Amino acid sequence: MNAPLSLLKMRFLMGLQYRAAAAAGILTQLFFGLILIMVYAAFYTHNGEAQPMTLKEVVAYVWLQQMFFALIVLWQFDGELFELITGGNIAYELCRPWRLYPIWYAKLLAARLASASLRCLPVALVVFILPEPYRMPLPASPAALLLFILALLSGLLLVAAISMLVYISVFWTMSPVGSVLMIAVAGEFFAGMIVPVPLMPDWMQTLAGLLPFRWTVDFPFRVYTGHIGVREALAGIGIQMIWLAALAAAGEWLMGRALKRVVVQGG
Amino acid sequence: MRLYFKYMSILFKSQMQYRTSFLLLCAGQFFVPFAVFAAMYFLFERFGGLPGWTFHEAALCFGVIQMAFALAECFVRGFDAFSNLIVRGGFDRLLVRPRGTVIQVLGSNFEFTRFGRMLQSAVVLGIAVSGLPVQWTPGKIITLILMIIGGVVVFSGIYILAATFCFWTVQALEVANIFTDGGREMAQYPLDIYAKWVTRFFTFIIPFGAVSYLPLLYILDRTDGPDLLYMAMPLASLLFLLPCLAVWRIGVRRYRSTGS
Repeated sequence: MNAPLSLLKMRFLMGLQYRAAAAAGILTQLFFGLILIMVYAAFYTHNGEAQPMTLKEVVAYVWLQQMFFALIVLWQFDGELFELITGGNIAYELCRPWRLYPIWYAKLLAARLASASLRCLPVALVVFILPEPYRMPLPASPAALLLFILALLSGLLLVAAISMLVYISVFWTMSPVGSVLMIAVAGEFFAGMIVPVPLMPDWMQTLAGLLPFRWTVDFPFRVYTGHIGVREALAGIGIQMIWLAALAAAGEWLMGRALKRVVVQGG
Repeated sequence: MRLYFKYMSILFKSQMQYRTSFLLLCAGQFFVPFAVFAAMYFLFERFGGLPGWTFHEAALCFGVIQMAFALAECFVRGFDAFSNLIVRGGFDRLLVRPRGTVIQVLGSNFEFTRFGRMLQSAVVLGIAVSGLPVQWTPGKIITLILMIIGGVVVFSGIYILAATFCFWTVQALEVANIFTDGGREMAQYPLDIYAKWVTRFFTFIIPFGAVSYLPLLYILDRTDGPDLLYMAMPLASLLFLLPCLAVWRIGVRRYRSTGS
């Protein structure tokens, strides 16, 4: 087995150790989901006519968000990697016989997959049997389900590439606080984690369309409900791939530059 | 009380040593709830309102709860981060000192970066107050202040309760987040838009309703019944705090050090 894969497996097993934390997380996610749906339901009873999304679609959006929270949320950073950079232990990493970018990338993916796999199924079991109007709807069609899975996975690859850029920025800023914060707040918003993108004002939707973030959350979720049709979904996955290639290439390049000028102080 | 302020000034000075990081964290604390508020604004813009509520009314509710949460996180942080004291055995030190445990735990930690969040809530409150067609009588102003204080008391009660559980479980229980973060998310919208069981739970068990929704009705002149009752509602938060403190005492009595 090659190095990135076995790292992936190690991180996965490590994540599985924290089962109690996962259980608490599941309860919290269910509660948050219910509260959000009640808020949207109230808005829809006030004026549900001619909205760009039906309440049913919003419900699916909310639950998918809660189910795959750990997979797609930008606000989940690995303190260990920041430590490596700011603490100087990066020197050990550099001695190892592998390229840094793929290894770190694999680490990030593994951490996300591990915590998501713990939470996704239990939440799913509950939300599909909830009473109406809280129940999670089934996917629009078998094709939509298949495309949703594809879109979600490439969204995951994309989100990991975005967070790699944040880690790399720490080589320059040396303090994770600033860059993490700004990217996380803005990214989360434009991804549709706070309000579904179709419910934003038009100018904001345009802005969201120009940024990579909405391809990680908004796009896969709307493929699930059929809000984005099959043909558009296929095109969308293509756009995801283009973003992914661009961001990963930028990450590799920046990391190369960062490593060339990295100075490790003794200790 | 003197002791509490002493703790506060020491910790403030120590946090100010890292000024850039402090300011950046403050900025973050400003922008995180700001995004949520923007979301609320966009939803109101799209849907035109909630059943029975306009944007500015809901914003008042939002501002009060966010302000209370920010104050509680800043000044009652010691209880929020209490599991550290237990895990590292720091609580033993507190016990041998000739002072109460509550004040010492309170003084063990402050999170001054929450100033950013306070500022944000103040802005929201300003928007709400200036946009509402309400005659601000002294009674209403007092009620508004009572709402914020009551909110702080409710959040503090939850923190203390969650900290008390650490005596048994050592590790902090993440479930408490449902009531702090979840309570905040929930109470920032007027309570009557939720399902009955949510409203009841958060009025009679954890009295968020008593500090936000009910006195809000008085401020907006929608009461039916004696006004004084609605004005005094935030005091109900004390009824919640007292049992929390009682449980804390029981917890302290059966505390056994982790020995590390």
